Amino acid sequence: MLKLDKICKTYRVGAFGRHELHAVKDVSFEVKAGEVVSLIGESGSGKSTIGKMILRLTSLTEGTISFGEVDIAGHRRADLREYYRTVQGVFQDPFSSYNPIFKADRVFKMIKDEYCPHVPNNVWKEKVDSSLESVGLNPDEVLDKYPHQLSGGQLQRLLIGRALLLDIDFLVADEIISMLDASTRIDVLNLLADLKSRGLSILFITHDLSLGYYISDRSVILYRGRIVEMGTTEKVFNNSLHPYTQMLMVAVPHLHEKWQDTDVELEYEQIDPSSVGCPYYGRCPVAETDLGCHRENPPLIEVEPDHFVACFLQKPAPIHERESRPGVW
Amino acid sequence: MSLQVDNLRVYYQTLSGDVKALDGATFSIADGEIMGLAGESGCGKTTLGNSLIRLGSRMKYVEGDILLDGKEVPIWDQHAMDRFRFEEISIVPQYAMSAMNPTRKIGTMVSELLNSRDINYRASLPELKKRLDLVKLTHDVLGMYPIELSGGMKQRMVMVLSTLMNPSLLIADEITSALDVSSQRAVAEMVVEFRDREFVKSVIVITHDVSVLYQIADSITVMYAGKLAEKAPTDTIIDAPRHPYTEMLTASLPEIGVKYSERRLEGIPGKPPLLLNPVPGCRFRDRCPYAYEKCEEEPPFREVDNNHFVACWKAFEDYA
Repeated sequence: MLKLDKICKTYRVGAFGRHELHAVKDVSFEVKAGEVVSLIGESGSGKSTIGKMILRLTSLTEGTISFGEVDIAGHRRADLREYYRTVQGVFQDPFSSYNPIFKADRVFKMIKDEYCPHVPNNVWKEKVDSSLESVGLNPDEVLDKYPHQLSGGQLQRLLIGRALLLDIDFLVADEIISMLDASTRIDVLNLLADLKSRGLSILFITHDLSLGYYISDRSVILYRGRIVEMGTTEKVFNNSLHPYTQMLMVAVPHLHEKWQDTDVELEYEQIDPSSVGCPYYGRCPVAETDLGCHRENPPLIEVEPDHFVACFLQKPAPIHERESRPGVW
Repeated sequence: MSLQVDNLRVYYQTLSGDVKALDGATFSIADGEIMGLAGESGCGKTTLGNSLIRLGSRMKYVEGDILLDGKEVPIWDQHAMDRFRFEEISIVPQYAMSAMNPTRKIGTMVSELLNSRDINYRASLPELKKRLDLVKLTHDVLGMYPIELSGGMKQRMVMVLSTLMNPSLLIADEITSALDVSSQRAVAEMVVEFRDREFVKSVIVITHDVSVLYQIADSITVMYAGKLAEKAPTDTIIDAPRHPYTEMLTASLPEIGVKYSERRLEGIPGKPPLLLNPVPGCRFRDRCPYAYEKCEEEPPFREVDNNHFVACWKAFEDYA
């Protein structure tokens, strides 16, 4: 449904833009209809940039993003409007997504003016009410209120409800849980799971591994703009092969399992890692110069069906076991 | 007992009246104890942490006593508190990443800070460098501006700075929240290391992330709507909580290995009460599945087991 093919985002930095910074480099993956894909990475890994590129909020330097076989880069005015009818995003901070001097439900009115100006008001109201109910809100409690009168969880659900008004097929959910409280975040997560069962595809961008595991079918692990590991969520989490993913798995705090029991050497971040070679080379405990980790970037290879890893230490699976060509699900 | 807090009340003054953000907290922390303080946003955990070191301009001390190592801490007297700050009680504030002066090199800022306390920077330098080694920061950071460091490095720098005078009590407010998982673990383990090396005697770690507390805290205190709900040793809070709020809060946390299709977790319906004029009685009762008539009366914060305090009528009944 949505296909990313070798997308790159390069920023020119330094005096006169003499240096290049690859925020996203050669990222390819696909999100199928009715599928939840987690995009997991630490800050600076490029995960939000990918979300923004899908939403056309920032341009691509290289590569293509196609939605249902159509390259979205070519969309102009009318096409773009139609594109946003099917693809919408919800972002991290619900408080800054609203204009504080207008009532919160203005976001619905803007959708109506832009996309459904001919729908009679009473029909529209029913539509809004049913959309609010589907995100677990009581319309009487949230309509006609200013943003400061609503809680973060309510505002976030209003935004999801707004996206649903358009009958979208694809939702980019960029860290939508992280600003919410523990007691309400699981409700929003369950809501996404319900929407998925109704056929919505979701790109779930997060830095929280346990949230990613809870909701997604597939996971993509990013490190400094590159995919280091991706595949079925169970395979990536339970049989992590890239040293970076392995480090993440032991660093994440679990209930019922203390850190002392999983002893690993935590690699501290370096100030200036080299720009050639494997992006993880500077921190990698198993890097070997014989393999060329310091000068070449390892390609993403399929090590078992539907499980890809970018590490020279991994051997590809025999051809007959592979499901697809590398880099594409 | 390193810290004893007795019936502490701190309100926020607003135009529409006092917001009872911290309404009667009574607890104690033993020497060498790392106490985790957990709760949702707006439950008063940061208010509690801040009131132990500095009351903001809108914060009003109402009543309560604080003893640190047997000495009274006069939190109502800004001037008298100066003796305690930094040397006896220190804080790593929320958003510590932006706690450093962006226009000063870190070393300059540290020396200005120490000078303001009449401490010689040069004399403290060897100890400072030793501690930088401990948290794996190069000595070069003293010649750098804060912007040159990553979030995790800034957090470690602020930690070193806050504990330089070996305070008796360290308040660590949301120190891991803005960090990536790998630096999160490094910073959290640093807190334990600092305690083990006796740089700090006892620590209050304030966070909304219970799973981090499970890793590092000796005991966990759960707050709800300005009141303490439960305090117990860490394993007891996680495995055998007695307050329904603690139980529902820990049950709603997703973990790796839990998928919605296999085990659907439930949140807590409803939202916390406004603290402007809270209704009398248990403040959790509107959201509590076990609430009954007795809950209209306010439950005391009572010790039901060794070091296990809880404020819930049902818990008193069940374990009487």
